Amino acid sequence: MSYDPAELRGKAAIVGVADAASPSGELETYGRALEAAMVMEALADAGLSLSDVDGVLNAGDSMGLAEYLGIRPRYTDSTSVGGSSFEVHIEHAVAAVAAGLCEVAVTVYAQTPRGDRRRPAAGGPWRRPGAMLEWEAPYGLLMPMGAYALAASRHMGVYGTTPEQLAQIAVSTRQWAAMNPRARYRDPLTVADVLASPYVAEPLHLLDCCLVTDGAGAVVVTRADRARDLAKPPAYVLGVGSCHDHAMISEMPDLTTTAAAVSGPAAFSMAGVKPGDVDLLMAYDSFTITVLLLLEDLGFCPKGEGGRFVEDGKLGPGGALPTNTNGGGLSYTHPGMYGIFLLVEAVRQLRGEAGDRQVDGVDVAVAHGSGGVLSSMSTVVLGGEGAR
Amino acid sequence: MTARLEPPVSPEAAPFWDATRQRQLMLQWCRACDLPVHHPRVLCPRCGGTDLDWREAAGRGRVHAFTVLHRPGNPTMAERVPYVVALIDLEEGARMMSNVVGCEPGRVAVGMPVRVGWEDLPDGRALPVFEPAGEAAGD
Repeated sequence: MSYDPAELRGKAAIVGVADAASPSGELETYGRALEAAMVMEALADAGLSLSDVDGVLNAGDSMGLAEYLGIRPRYTDSTSVGGSSFEVHIEHAVAAVAAGLCEVAVTVYAQTPRGDRRRPAAGGPWRRPGAMLEWEAPYGLLMPMGAYALAASRHMGVYGTTPEQLAQIAVSTRQWAAMNPRARYRDPLTVADVLASPYVAEPLHLLDCCLVTDGAGAVVVTRADRARDLAKPPAYVLGVGSCHDHAMISEMPDLTTTAAAVSGPAAFSMAGVKPGDVDLLMAYDSFTITVLLLLEDLGFCPKGEGGRFVEDGKLGPGGALPTNTNGGGLSYTHPGMYGIFLLVEAVRQLRGEAGDRQVDGVDVAVAHGSGGVLSSMSTVVLGGEGAR
Repeated sequence: MTARLEPPVSPEAAPFWDATRQRQLMLQWCRACDLPVHHPRVLCPRCGGTDLDWREAAGRGRVHAFTVLHRPGNPTMAERVPYVVALIDLEEGARMMSNVVGCEPGRVAVGMPVRVGWEDLPDGRALPVFEPAGEAAGD
């Protein structure tokens, strides 16, 4: 089966438009408010409303735009390539709509360099003023740890999750790292060690937090038919799903449930697999609480049960759900945007290339990325030849 | 005490910040939903409606979630460590970030009732912060 871009022909159309300009060369509105006005006008032009929109594209910040508009998109794209960004957005939106990743996508642009001259105090030239500066920074939330600590405190308050249970995630992950010769930390770790490490943002200890390391990675994608003729066994993309539901932690709809509850089921459904079919989970471990929330939201255990699910060490070597086998962001590496490493390790495990830490019989692997502050979730289900 | 970071004023939120000069906590409201919109916007993120107005909040709420910062989030907060950053559920239905002050950090709990207090900003505005209220009041 080969893929022909011509198959996209006629699969999507532009149905609403809006623009704003003034003979004076200046507009009164600017920033997010101007973007919002354009979105509303284009939707009205189409006879659609905000509630119809499930795809958001923006040159740089689809997450903040969606938060402002109250949209929880299942297709998101912040591609920013200068003046042609919006033509690229159309290309991406057409492909997304044709593939069923979303039904109504909107892209929007607003920039006001003339008017900005009259607003010198308002900050930079783009999206001023920053909502986070206005509504969060004055209170001194340490970022990003403080945001995740808020989520952890809520989970503890509602479900009785304990610091020991969170610590076990770091312990299981360290056991994998011990088998990765390139891991930053390989020494054995105990729950007591984690609890004895200093608080950064209570209830999170230092050892509940990911590393800060240098790191890099890359992933190459091609058509399935070409993939079979190349040097290594293909890791087929069986399913993908994405969703974000806020940009700032103070806007997260439910601190105990992430948008992985949307992206995960979408990816699993597309792949035709269930959580019980997953041989390897690579779950973004910026913090221990991140993994716990993802286990629940991806359906590996019921909501609120994450603490009890992990406490027997089932995420570690020999456990029922091998998770973060490279040693994760907690013990292997975390340069800032860790998602590439999830995919790399999943592929190595599918190929049987993971050395001492190789898990037997990995045929279905899930790589789940988390961006922002538990904001932007994306689930990728990969499979070997047997799962295809 | 070092002055805090001064929050910028977005056009949508000017009434909120102006009211803090009189130590009034104002919330933007969507008339269609009959619910508050926070942070303020040009439209309601629930319904997309633009029929918005402003109402004074009672200043009472509960701690939705909190963290005790043992490292300052920015240099202006260094002298305050350890301090509490919390998400406060106001009784009107809005959630906002703030600090819980006026009690030991170890006494703060999810669900704790709080009431608004104010901390002056250098430009004459004030920052809403929260103190223990009701059965949790009085240290």
